[in-house]
Amino acid sequence: MPFFSILFNHPAPPLDGIQPPACLRDLNLDQIIEAVTAPKQDYDLKPFFYLPLADDGAIAYRQEVTRDLQDKTWMAHICAFAGRMAAARRYRTMTEKLDFEYHKKGWFLEAALTYCEAVEGLAEALQTTPLASRGLQGLREYVLAYVQSPAFRLLADEARQVKAGLAAVKYSLIIQTGRFSVRRYEDETDYSLEVEKTFARFKQGAVKDYRVNLYQGTGMNHIEAKILEFVVRLYPEPFAALDRFCERHADFMDATLLTFDREVQFYVAYLDYIAPLQEESGLPFCFPEMGEERQVKARDAFDLALAENLRYEGAAVVLNDFELRGAERILVITGPNQGGKTTFARMFGQLHYLAALGLPVPARQARLALCDRLLTHFERQEDIRTLRGKLQDDLMRIHDLLKETTPRSIVILNEIFSSTTLKDALFLSRKIMTRLLELDVLGVWVTFLDELAALNEKTVSMVSTVVPENPAERTFKIVRRPADGLAYALSLAEKHRLTRAQILERIRP
Amino acid sequence: MNVFLLYPDRNFDPQTPLPPNAADLTQDLALETLWQAMAQGDKFLFETARLVLLSGSQEMGVIHYRQQILQDCLKNPATVRALYQIPIEAIENKQRHWLGIFSHYPAGILSSAVEMLEMLVGLLHRLRQIADEHAADFESPGFRRFFAMIQQELDDACFAEMEAHLRQLRFREGVLLSAELGPGNEGTNYVLRKPNTPDGLMKRLLSRKSPVYSFTLHPRDDHGARALGELRDRGLNLVANAAAQSADHIDGFLTVLRRELAFYIGALNLYEQLTALGHPVAFPGLHPAEERRHTYRGLYDVCLALTMRKRVVANDGEAEGKDLMLITGANQGGKSTFLRSIGLAQVMMQAGLFVPAEEFSANLCSGIFTHYRREEDASMKSGKLDEELKRMSAIVNHLRPHALVLFNESFAATNEREGAEIARQVVDALLERRVKVFFVTHQYELARGYHERQAPNALFLRAERQPDGSRTYRVRPGDPQPTSHGEDVYRKVFEKER
Repeated sequence: MPFFSILFNHPAPPLDGIQPPACLRDLNLDQIIEAVTAPKQDYDLKPFFYLPLADDGAIAYRQEVTRDLQDKTWMAHICAFAGRMAAARRYRTMTEKLDFEYHKKGWFLEAALTYCEAVEGLAEALQTTPLASRGLQGLREYVLAYVQSPAFRLLADEARQVKAGLAAVKYSLIIQTGRFSVRRYEDETDYSLEVEKTFARFKQGAVKDYRVNLYQGTGMNHIEAKILEFVVRLYPEPFAALDRFCERHADFMDATLLTFDREVQFYVAYLDYIAPLQEESGLPFCFPEMGEERQVKARDAFDLALAENLRYEGAAVVLNDFELRGAERILVITGPNQGGKTTFARMFGQLHYLAALGLPVPARQARLALCDRLLTHFERQEDIRTLRGKLQDDLMRIHDLLKETTPRSIVILNEIFSSTTLKDALFLSRKIMTRLLELDVLGVWVTFLDELAALNEKTVSMVSTVVPENPAERTFKIVRRPADGLAYALSLAEKHRLTRAQILERIRP
Repeated sequence: MNVFLLYPDRNFDPQTPLPPNAADLTQDLALETLWQAMAQGDKFLFETARLVLLSGSQEMGVIHYRQQILQDCLKNPATVRALYQIPIEAIENKQRHWLGIFSHYPAGILSSAVEMLEMLVGLLHRLRQIADEHAADFESPGFRRFFAMIQQELDDACFAEMEAHLRQLRFREGVLLSAELGPGNEGTNYVLRKPNTPDGLMKRLLSRKSPVYSFTLHPRDDHGARALGELRDRGLNLVANAAAQSADHIDGFLTVLRRELAFYIGALNLYEQLTALGHPVAFPGLHPAEERRHTYRGLYDVCLALTMRKRVVANDGEAEGKDLMLITGANQGGKSTFLRSIGLAQVMMQAGLFVPAEEFSANLCSGIFTHYRREEDASMKSGKLDEELKRMSAIVNHLRPHALVLFNESFAATNEREGAEIARQVVDALLERRVKVFFVTHQYELARGYHERQAPNALFLRAERQPDGSRTYRVRPGDPQPTSHGEDVYRKVFEKER
């Protein structure tokens, strides 16, 4: 198979000018994408996140690559490659702005060396590190052929010889007031060490580091240029070799590798983002099974955006399950406010969207449905129109939504019609529900209308629950049946783990 | 060079986190009063007393080591106070002459470091002098090692070497650097070198035969002069760091000396006050943590003594082989004071201090914890019993066998039967895990339960009450009685009114 792209198993679709899907904001996926891509601004990754895939082959292609990259060794290889490629590009750009000849040529050589290291490191990784994905297999074939090509070999060998010649140069510099001299180095001893040795007896552990971080790098002033000029006179041969190298290798970067360098960051960015949630917060992620059947199931799923916020607060994330089996199509969520209903709805949508990007989803286990569209309607709290205007606006949005809906779509509705009378709301909701069920779409509907929950065999009732003995306290658990009112009769001492048996358990003899 | 006056093999680390019960211990034992007496208004002495007392040792060897040093201090107060003046003077000199390494350029760092070093080397001379004159007066292993080290490390050769560097570091002849070509052919690895001419002089280096290219800057080339200065800075970076770190190391040595002596200075202060007030002190007899020992004569609450500035009630007693001491009896009968005197003596003993008693011996413990009844929680977040249990649970998190827990009216925020049941659950478990417990309670129900068991490892103490209802504030062996004589207190208060 020819190597197209690490993101697509077929020629990549055009991504220019792609717009974010409308559901992102309702599902808080915009926050997630923002946070995922923020550390990788240079790679312009957002367009990749705006294109969910509806084809299970394309999704499987990405899942395979992600599985490979989840391995810490692979992640380290990719990071090393990316770091070197970025440096090589930076040096190359920099040479265009420099003034002194051997300064310029020195950085050109550095760019070439770094690029060679990047490519060779990647080739080495591809040969030694196990990989199973078609994506990385294709890359391996391509890269191995490239590093063995005569053009690349010549570039790498020559760059190293020239560098070795320059690195062997060592000179002395004598600085006096208003004057300096340059000569060959003649094995003079290091004076700083002598001072250190005398005072070493007073050492009391770590002290402040007084070494000044003297900015050094992209600049060369006329004094340094003059010194370099003297050094060229003292050691002419290595500089002649550098001249020859620059003439021969004006353009050395490979276009396919440049594309790979950008695209692979799609995976890296997401895996970096979920890593602390997996490792610090111990939250589960999995690769969902994807199918055309209208059957979904997830265990221990959570809202990814919320989990990230809670991680900063150090609070625990509540995990929830859902399932639609047989004829069931729509989860109807009711229950007390602030009980995690909206979060649950978002979670359902996020799981499907992330799955369609070919990425691991926030759940312990999941089987999800392929979908052509993910459509959402969440109440807009900032709306300050009149009640009548709002109802009308709601209905218009629902109307547009239904127009786009196909049997392969997923629909998520959150507290619609909450601003109208109960009777109206029920009437309208029944109408909409009937339409949705006719279309046979999958979805979640968060509502205050208990009647909707038991409409027919296609709707499943789920309820947000409270702590039985303290109804003011939410559990953020959404369960398939009403709370059973089971109370725990824990004594205060037991709650603090202070019974005799508990203390004996806690203090080790 | 190490100070090692608080531990035989290491310095005291003021960054060591305090034990988790530090705040409770401070409050319940009124430790601030003790530290104030040790500090005499000096913040540093206060802080040191606080850190050392709160992080007491559990090793007999360490405590004994400190006891011996402290005995030397009590014999040679003038020499010890003179030693303490050396680090104090370093601080004063720095403040007076604006010494310190504040520059952001190697050349500036270097010249400040050289000034600092000159001042510090002067103080080291003084330290050597004190060692030469007074080392023979000290007997403790700690001080003997310290003075021997000073005489050995700070010998005349060492002073000569340091002074030679202080002259050389001014670089009157210019600097010699070696360098290599880094990325982009930019100069890198600038290393300061010592000319390898026989007399170390730079000008001989330049008159040698090997090719030399020189360049003299135009007098108005400010940019060039600055660039050359930057290169010079690169060369001086490491030596400036070495000199500055050397200054810091000596300064650090003096800081450690100050920190460790501060504890003994505090002890001297405390000793002088207690002696002036006529209170006895004793160096306690130490027993291993596995044993159960407690024998005391004339044990008093040192904080109360310091506050009242007169003689206070002292207790005699022994609790050899006992795990549980249950103290019951009259309200305002001296139970809390007694409990505090037990806790304070333990804290002071484990820090290596003398203790407020004529005689005292006890086993060490793996941690000292207090669980006192508290005022109502202002935040109203949790009920009172809930709050007490929360604190107890936090204590349990840190308990290990052979810890000491002092309970004062704990678990009384509920009805007596429930409170007693919770307390019994807790105490039984602690005893089983070999935790030593002192429990002050006015609740008869709890005390009665233990009394009926007749356990040989329990000792019952009671705040004394004369038949006429008056109190002696002494705590003596005695079985629990069903009333705490609240009536007495009531009568006392109301009769006063009349």
